[in-house]
Amino acid sequence: MVDIDLSMVNWARAQFALTAMYHWIFVPLTLGLSFLCAFFESIYVRTGNKEWKSITRFWMTLFGINFAIGVATGIILEFQFGTNWSNYSWIVGDIFGAPLAIEGIFAFFLEATFFAVMFFGWNRVSKKFHLFSTWMVAIGSNLSAVWILVANGWMQNPVGMAFNPETARFEMQSFLDVVFNPVAVSKFVHTSSSGFLFASLFVLSISCWYLIKGRHIQMAKKSIVVASVFGLLSSSYVVFTGDESAYVVAQKQPMKLAAIEGLYKGQTRAPIVAAGILNPKKQTGDDQDPFLVKVEIPYLLSLLANRSLNSFVPGIDDLVYGNEQQNIEGVASKISKGKTAINNLAQFKQARKENNTQKADISLKKFKENQEYMGYGYLNKPEDAVPPVAIPYYAFHIMVALGSLFPVLFAVFLFYVLKGSITQKKWLLPIGLVSGFLGLLAQESGWAVAEVGRQPWAINGLLPVHMSTTNLSAINVQITFFMFLGLFTILLAAEISIMLKQISIGPEEGH
Amino acid sequence: MTFQTIKKNNPIKAVNTIFGFYRDGFRGMVLGKKLWAIILIKLFVMFAVLKLFFFPNYLNTNFITDKEKGNYVLEQITMDTTKTNQNDLINTKPKFK
Repeated sequence: MVDIDLSMVNWARAQFALTAMYHWIFVPLTLGLSFLCAFFESIYVRTGNKEWKSITRFWMTLFGINFAIGVATGIILEFQFGTNWSNYSWIVGDIFGAPLAIEGIFAFFLEATFFAVMFFGWNRVSKKFHLFSTWMVAIGSNLSAVWILVANGWMQNPVGMAFNPETARFEMQSFLDVVFNPVAVSKFVHTSSSGFLFASLFVLSISCWYLIKGRHIQMAKKSIVVASVFGLLSSSYVVFTGDESAYVVAQKQPMKLAAIEGLYKGQTRAPIVAAGILNPKKQTGDDQDPFLVKVEIPYLLSLLANRSLNSFVPGIDDLVYGNEQQNIEGVASKISKGKTAINNLAQFKQARKENNTQKADISLKKFKENQEYMGYGYLNKPEDAVPPVAIPYYAFHIMVALGSLFPVLFAVFLFYVLKGSITQKKWLLPIGLVSGFLGLLAQESGWAVAEVGRQPWAINGLLPVHMSTTNLSAINVQITFFMFLGLFTILLAAEISIMLKQISIGPEEGH
Repeated sequence: MTFQTIKKNNPIKAVNTIFGFYRDGFRGMVLGKKLWAIILIKLFVMFAVLKLFFFPNYLNTNFITDKEKGNYVLEQITMDTTKTNQNDLINTKPKFK
């Protein structure tokens, strides 16, 4: 029998969050900036105007800096899988092997060929082939992101697999089910479009800085036109993909939806909380009001969750303690079934050791009856199935508020830049300048919604986080946590300093 | 040297052209040299320091065969689940609406 060191689990969790959130600064910028470079270059190739070439090369340089600093930061996550999360990495190895291998191969060939042409090929290859390479980098980078999101989507909604009790692994039964998992699909479209949005804000932000300083005005205006059009389209699309994401979450991870809305008691014709402050004393199952103050929009949560104004949306209490009227099974019953499944699995293992085929077959049959509840068997009490509500709640509302603001911002910038009066709008330029940081905040908030909101699960319903870790002492993870903190701080400082220097040089000499 | 050479269908010239493309590209870098230095230092720190000394693959280090690894993980996930008092679960009163 083994005892899990919970402080180790929390340090491993913190380390993973630190690495993933740091990695997540670079990824969305790469996804979006690659397309913006392709747009700038397309205009250059179409018009033959050298100014567009200069603009393309400038943004391509910033894309290169972001890529160079960000590249391989995701590999650290894989180190952590092997060391801190060995149970998890063994259990999911068969599922994740294919998508991650495809992602690795894709990235390698992309980087070795088209990236080289993109950066070394000016004046060495034809204009059209260079443009083709830039587009391939944009398309390839985004396709590369598909696979990691397929893996993440599977963790949120495990499909297309079967658990093999002999090997203790989930084995893939249908590659197509894994790839076209609704959570993976909605994740990809929402994540990539939010990356386009963030990159557009990044371009807007730097262009506004030039306008404030009165430098490179034509380049800044042209960049704002392209970024505003792309930003307006992608931010409008993000609203739709966000709606689809919320719908999928409601269907597949109702506890996450309840947490991000701070909904404890389920409701028919449920309103959405537009803004509100959570009551910090609120506990699952008590009668306290979950909010100190809130502003609601009637019916909207029911519409969002079920596409029906009159539908019932379960709250945390319904999901934890059950709701007979709505046919929702409580967690206590699932814990009992989960423990039965785990005990049957243990008996199966013992019977195999003893070469007792008959006993093994009976145990296996019993295990299969309850295996879908296996993860619940590792929880100690029903309330353990509830994620920490405050983080996903506030992160979700920050993300949605900013996501609603961005289309308006892009529309205003596009209007004034096309009107030719953008430089006179002194009040607007500082807003544009800070918009890049707001974009980053929205990105990181989105990550927190997705990952904190699915706690306590590493694999939804099947494996909680605390059972996914390696049986290590907390001190081992603490040491590497602070090492990463140091490394990431240095790398981030390097990126910011190189980028600022390059921005200060500007488009003409920036290559 | 241009990519026109590739069109002549001469594999050796094609390889030389591609090699020259990369060589000249790397030589001509200005900011790129600094970025490559950062990438190489980063990769060194990651693989030669972090991976080697701080992030051994736990299962690969402690077990040889897949069977051993599977047995170990199976033992981990079938460990003591009796920490929860079953009576506590039974006594959890579902709060039906």
